[in-house]
Amino acid sequence: MSSYLNLSGVNKMFGDFQALDDVNLDIERGEFVTFLGPSGSGKTTTLMIIAGFEQATKGHITIDGKPLDGLKPYQRNIGIVFQNYALFPHKTAVENVYFPLQMRGVGRRDGLEKANRMLELVGLKGFSERHPKELSGGQQQRVALARALVFEPSLLLLDEPLGALDKNLREQMQIEIKRIQKRLGVTTIFVTHDQTEAMSMSDRIVVFDKGRIEQVADPLELYHRPNTRFVAGFVGESNIMAGHVVDAAAGLAECAVFGSCRYPADDRFSNGQAVNILIRPEHLKISRKAPESGEWATMTVDTIVNYGDNALVIGHSGDHPVRVRVLGADVVIIKEGEDCHISWRPEAVHIIAGT
Amino acid sequence: MSVNTGGVQGRGQFLPWLLLLPLAAYLLVFFIVPLVDVAIMSVTEPKLSLDNYTKVLTGSLYRKVFINTFATAGLVAICCLLVGYPLAYLMAHSSDRTALLILLLVTMSFWTSFLVRTYAWMVLLGNQGPVIWFMELIGVQDPPHLLFTRFSSTLAMVHILAPYMIMNIYTVMKKIDPALIKSAESLGAKGFSVFRHVYLPLTAPGIANGLVLVFVICLGFYVTPVLLGSPREQMIAGLIGHQIEEFLAFGLGSAMAMVLLAITMVILAIYHRRFGLDRLWG
Ligand SMILES: Nc1ncnc2c1ncn2[C@@H]1O[C@H](COP(=O)(O)OP(=O)(O)OP(=O)(O)O)[C@@H](O)[C@H]1O
Ligand SMILES: [Mg+2]
Repeated sequence: MSSYLNLSGVNKMFGDFQALDDVNLDIERGEFVTFLGPSGSGKTTTLMIIAGFEQATKGHITIDGKPLDGLKPYQRNIGIVFQNYALFPHKTAVENVYFPLQMRGVGRRDGLEKANRMLELVGLKGFSERHPKELSGGQQQRVALARALVFEPSLLLLDEPLGALDKNLREQMQIEIKRIQKRLGVTTIFVTHDQTEAMSMSDRIVVFDKGRIEQVADPLELYHRPNTRFVAGFVGESNIMAGHVVDAAAGLAECAVFGSCRYPADDRFSNGQAVNILIRPEHLKISRKAPESGEWATMTVDTIVNYGDNALVIGHSGDHPVRVRVLGADVVIIKEGEDCHISWRPEAVHIIAGT
Repeated sequence: MSVNTGGVQGRGQFLPWLLLLPLAAYLLVFFIVPLVDVAIMSVTEPKLSLDNYTKVLTGSLYRKVFINTFATAGLVAICCLLVGYPLAYLMAHSSDRTALLILLLVTMSFWTSFLVRTYAWMVLLGNQGPVIWFMELIGVQDPPHLLFTRFSSTLAMVHILAPYMIMNIYTVMKKIDPALIKSAESLGAKGFSVFRHVYLPLTAPGIANGLVLVFVICLGFYVTPVLLGSPREQMIAGLIGHQIEEFLAFGLGSAMAMVLLAITMVILAIYHRRFGLDRLWG
């Protein structure tokens, strides 16, 4: 059984520059997948190749088993929401939404009615007759979404659609987009470089770096078991320490900063292999006294950043910076400049291959 | 301290106006004063009365010339659009170097003197000119008279005014967000539909600006229609010149000039109400 959307061996060259390097990806019908990655990592390029605005130098794409090769953008039946919405300024909201139907030969009466229903679905009842410049950013966003969905596309592509919105509106739109996507069951690819956005919205996340897919996983898997050092550093906050495996069978590694660390044994590693040891800041526990059992290290506190409900303690252990996330109530036990102890449980230790 | 800032601020508000002074003085001496003079002449020459205006507004010759002027200006504006739109499109959608080349070619006519351009057309279209010669060469019997016709004056005016049209449309085309075109395509519009439903409406402001600008400039054209046009199809400016040079009818000529000015102002006012005059110049 093959997947709904399939990218296999997609390469893209811009002159000498390789923008995409062997991208392989399977997406299931109805899935909400996020492309996450730093600027210039190839997210938009991938989207544009799927949409037909760029040609892959190598590789193939199929939707529902049908190859897209050679199809023009207007033949692909893919809905796109661009970052700046790209609403037609000379058309009203409802005319914008009617446009794809008009292009498909739907009559004006039926089309406008359908467009109005779509606007209602995205929460814009009563705004049909406004022109884009008479709408707020969030409202324009909704019109763009309605326009990309009204013709029942086989795929919905969103390229950083929330980039221009302020934080509150952003969160509201995240929820809204998820709601509409679920309701319509449309297979969706969402591009962002905001990792919390990716975490909160996605069924699965695809992490891009330098034109390559680093990892494809669901949000929790990605957070707790990143495949590469890049993913570990890019997704969430992290303490990453270079070390090596001491006893692969028992799950024991060692690093200069924290000494020996036990980890859940994993047969992918072998004795002496160079690895990175990842412990997330919220998995470190701060105490004044040395813990009686388990693994721990000492740390000097440099800065405490208070967020109210929690605080980020930034310190160092030896030369290595350490970040600890503590609950707001616990922060009173330490002060800046003091020494303290940090401890962790073996389950919180994640080992990543490579230096 | 605070006194000091106050002084700076005071000067800061005054300075921009000071900078405008030379221009204002220039306009006053060379534009406003002669204009007022013309206005006065139109009601005082040869005697204090509104006779000149009555003549201009009711005389059948003048009506014919006014109508001809507007028809010519409209024709020129439309021809400029037909020539200018594709060229502007070519400029807006080719590489920077090609665009620059086209721009140079288009504006080249700006750099040659007005009169030279007009005489160039006389040479080209004249009975001994290359166009007639070519027609005879390919066997056209009795090649038509090209010079001193509505055709030749329209052609020359289109040549002279097309750059205004092109620049107006070009600036609008350049500002169109390419994402709009992409988004139209992704929504299912192919080539011509994209043009008809998205591109053309988005360039409409440039078209309107270009049409009005060319039309208004054309209304007052003097040299080209006089030198190249048919004497039977005079335009107002030519008639005004005629009245003053031949008949020394300063009052009548002035009245015609004032009527032309009034009509132009009305057109611009309507356009301003509708679209905003500031857009005319970008
Ligand atoms: N038309 C083009 N010509 C040349 N290089 C290009 C072109 N389009 C993209 N690139 C390059 O390809 C790389 C990937 O670009 P892409 O737009 O896919 O990045 P992105 O992941 O979407 O980044 P961002 O988060 O900044 O939008 C970049 O280095 C970019 O400079
Ligand atoms: Mg991008």
